[in-house]
Amino acid sequence: MDASTALFTVLIAMLGGAIRVTTPFLFVTLGEMLTERSGRINLGLEGTLVLGAMTAYAFSFQTGSPWIGVIAAGCFGFLMGALHATICRLPGVNDIAVGIALMLFGTGLAFFFGKPYIQPTAPRLPSIPLGDWTGNAQVAQALQINPLFLIGVALAFFLAWALKNTRMGLILRVTGDSEAAARALGHPVMLIRLLATAVGGFFAGVGGAFLSLYYPGSWNEGLSSGQGLMAVALVIFARWDPIRCLTAAMLFGAAGALGPALQSIGITQGYYFFNAAPYILTLFLMIGSAGSKKALRDAPGELSLTR
Amino acid sequence: MTEAATPLPAAALRPAPSDLSIRVRRGAEAFAIPAMAIAVSAALFSLFLLALGKSPAQFYQLIWLGGFGTAFSWSNTLLRAAPLMLTALAVAIPARLGLTMIGGEGALVLGGFAAAAVAIPMIGVANAWVMHAVMLLVAVAIGAVWIGIAGGLRHYRGVNETISTLLLSYIAIAIMNFFVEGALRDPADPNKPSTKAMSGELMVGKIPGLDVHWGLAFAVAACGLLYALMFRTSFGFAAKIAGGNARAALAQGLPVGKLIVVASMIAGGCAGIAGYFEVAAVHGKANASLATGYGFTGILVAFLARHHPLAIIPVAILFGGIAAAGGIIQRRMGLPDATVLLLQGLTFVVLLASETLYGRLRLFNPRVSAERT
Repeated sequence: MDASTALFTVLIAMLGGAIRVTTPFLFVTLGEMLTERSGRINLGLEGTLVLGAMTAYAFSFQTGSPWIGVIAAGCFGFLMGALHATICRLPGVNDIAVGIALMLFGTGLAFFFGKPYIQPTAPRLPSIPLGDWTGNAQVAQALQINPLFLIGVALAFFLAWALKNTRMGLILRVTGDSEAAARALGHPVMLIRLLATAVGGFFAGVGGAFLSLYYPGSWNEGLSSGQGLMAVALVIFARWDPIRCLTAAMLFGAAGALGPALQSIGITQGYYFFNAAPYILTLFLMIGSAGSKKALRDAPGELSLTR
Repeated sequence: MTEAATPLPAAALRPAPSDLSIRVRRGAEAFAIPAMAIAVSAALFSLFLLALGKSPAQFYQLIWLGGFGTAFSWSNTLLRAAPLMLTALAVAIPARLGLTMIGGEGALVLGGFAAAAVAIPMIGVANAWVMHAVMLLVAVAIGAVWIGIAGGLRHYRGVNETISTLLLSYIAIAIMNFFVEGALRDPADPNKPSTKAMSGELMVGKIPGLDVHWGLAFAVAACGLLYALMFRTSFGFAAKIAGGNARAALAQGLPVGKLIVVASMIAGGCAGIAGYFEVAAVHGKANASLATGYGFTGILVAFLARHHPLAIIPVAILFGGIAAAGGIIQRRMGLPDATVLLLQGLTFVVLLASETLYGRLRLFNPRVSAERT
């Protein structure tokens, strides 16, 4: 294999991989963005992601329809988010600590009920072949796009529009920027946060469904490796903007796809290093964006993360 | 709340309680609320087991049997309690400064791996005492640097320490896997990728009279020493002030940045000791079994102990016992191995919800109602 074909193979594999790996990041990031816009952090989305992956797989296996699995994963994510919001509304409770607890609780629930589903094969989500017209097998394979990816992209644009142009979006932003102002305007702050956290959990659950029903496409206990946590960091990097969340998730998808892409042309050395690449990248992004004035300016005023 | 809003002249006229009685009441509150949280989660978990058609009585009986019932189960329990104490300290010490650092798992894994790595050229060559001293020092240093990074990033760059410590844990595990599956893999071990193992007689021995390795003694000593440091020295006092209000501490001329970095280095060092003993006394080598979740259970232990170094000891023993009983629960009741994890998660959630009760129970805060009127 000469150098240019090898490069082409790597780039195509990265493109395909990036689209695949992006989707769970995208959903969790959008969910976390929505929650943080209401002034709270939900660090428990890692647990929600794992629980979503397990419920999606279980429901898909039991009902035979992967889409029911996706909805079920979203509903369980909704409940986890609602639980987070319910505990956090008690006075004197720290939202970051509750997130850590829910991370353990969600993982525990998923592992407990997921045991019987490690062996069986559940129906997986279909993909839309968008690249068949090129006549190139590699390109066609890379462009096998999952409908959830398209839904996620549409969701990012919809959220960007809704936050800016709708009454609900305005109320959410007011709640996140100043609790006192929202109260003065007569908005039910706790209810808004409950909804924002629960809907954010719904998105994270759907992200988990993608992991078990499409890529990697099976349920096991090592399925999620910190995607839910990295999403929290990505939201800071994306400065709480849905469109920038999309770009950040794509960047992460590409980073995560680097290892397997290099493996596809036979470079297996440093496989474990490339596994670590997304975490290292996240850390550097956090270092880069934490001190920046732009991030401080765009952050919701009530967020304890930036205080 | 409505009760508190109505005037209570009787309470208001009562003489102010003495300092001692306030301290006793506060102490009782700090004990009673976590104990209540444990009881509530045990009750909730019983309901959960009943819903699954399992017997809660059998479940708790098996925890007693597998964790505390016999001499054998006690040694199993203490074997697990030792690393839990150290990883709990890794959460508790930064928490005194108001930091939520949860990177114990990563510092344990990386410290343990580093200890195993420096031992490789020394196995069977150097004096055993020298080898173990070097291993322990390296594990502590690596752990301290690892969490120290998060402390430095927090103070000097404003990076959220909870997220950075968790990310550092993932990176630590990836670094260990990178070496254990590659350059440092022992070709003599075909089953599980591991570093070169040290033979049994080279490993750290047991405490005389107990069937538990010396790590337990180190862990208990660390709890005692850090209690003295955090509660009986000016360092601990400065840390408490910085944790209460960083700006006020800076105005007082306290070196807040230095305090944060030192506290996180102590935290990482504790987790590093745990990693050293896991390698030098339990496994004899570094491999994936280092990352079994001691760091995560340690978070729960620290929160239950309200970040008090001495309270960590009994709580770590309790959760060491629950973990030790995991196997027998799995076999006798046909429950999955994640049962213990689920119980821990549930306890954690209930515990955090119970934090809202501090200062609100009349029993422990007799003056609350009077002050609010």
